[in-house]
Amino acid sequence: MTVPASIDRRFRDAAAESGLLDVAYDVTDSPLGPLLVAATERGVCRIAFAPEAERDLEELARLHGTRVLRSPRPLESVRRELDDYFERRRRAFDLVVDVAALPAFQRLVLEELARVPYGETATYGGLAARIGRPRAARAVGGALNRNPIPIVLPCHRVVGASGKLVGYAGGLERKRALLELEGVAA
Amino acid sequence: MMTTVSMRDAPPFERFYEAHRDEVFRYLVRLLGRDAAEDAFQETFLRALRAYGGLRHAGNLRAWAFAIATRVAIDDRRRVRPADDVPELETEDSRPAYAELERFAAELPPTERAAVVLRYGYDLAYAEIAAALDSTEEAARAAASSGVRRLRRKGIR
Repeated sequence: MTVPASIDRRFRDAAAESGLLDVAYDVTDSPLGPLLVAATERGVCRIAFAPEAERDLEELARLHGTRVLRSPRPLESVRRELDDYFERRRRAFDLVVDVAALPAFQRLVLEELARVPYGETATYGGLAARIGRPRAARAVGGALNRNPIPIVLPCHRVVGASGKLVGYAGGLERKRALLELEGVAA
Repeated sequence: MMTTVSMRDAPPFERFYEAHRDEVFRYLVRLLGRDAAEDAFQETFLRALRAYGGLRHAGNLRAWAFAIATRVAIDDRRRVRPADDVPELETEDSRPAYAELERFAAELPPTERAAVVLRYGYDLAYAEIAAALDSTEEAARAAASSGVRRLRRKGIR
């Protein structure tokens, strides 16, 4: 006898409501394949392409604490905004993100990244200049490569100096697809 | 002789929950019956979640889960319950001899019942049962054997 699905779900809801979770996560479908979405009490902390439970849960636990549980309800708004984005009904996210666990430099880069508008691109060097570190294009690239919240923090909008698509942790195919979705010829 | 103690970090709670939810649920159904087990199940894992952040290592999380479930079940049975609320017992996955015994286990006092079920239904060591009952190993052994004697008197020879 296994736990009936209704009881399992009831516990997962209650756990999220109790405020005891470090991280709630769920897996949702998207045109780019399944996405793991995760949030702390403070906001969205992770979106991962091609989820691998083993690796992703360990990583969430390491960054935010071991009380990591799959619990769909707290992720409802994330799922809805992502659906709207993929259906072209939304150009900007209203979601709050939680980047508190990241190093200061990366937070700075991601804050600047969040200002790159829908349908436009920026370069690594341009972002580096905007945060007052004009020679740090490579470090900016590294910070973006480890962006824990792709799509919502739009690292797909950052391209090489020549306009070329370069590295994307989720794979260049996905980067191209996101830019096409936003109407950027890529 | 030295004993090796596992000092692994506790895994993400989801892993712990997936690994133990089914047997903890079965255990609670055995102790409390299906209806009461549903609430006790939620309470067990909420208590586990509350304590989980403070766990220093992942030594025997299974026994820990049973320990919490046992305390929840004992608290539950100490509340006033109608006398005819005899739980329906799950016996499908236990050893035949024990399954025979367990049909009568509903009538045992909660501590003896938990000791008997943990020992004979789940093969927990007396040290683990002691932790579950918040007592000593000797007391756990005594509770299990007194429970079994009481069951034998009730009709099993």
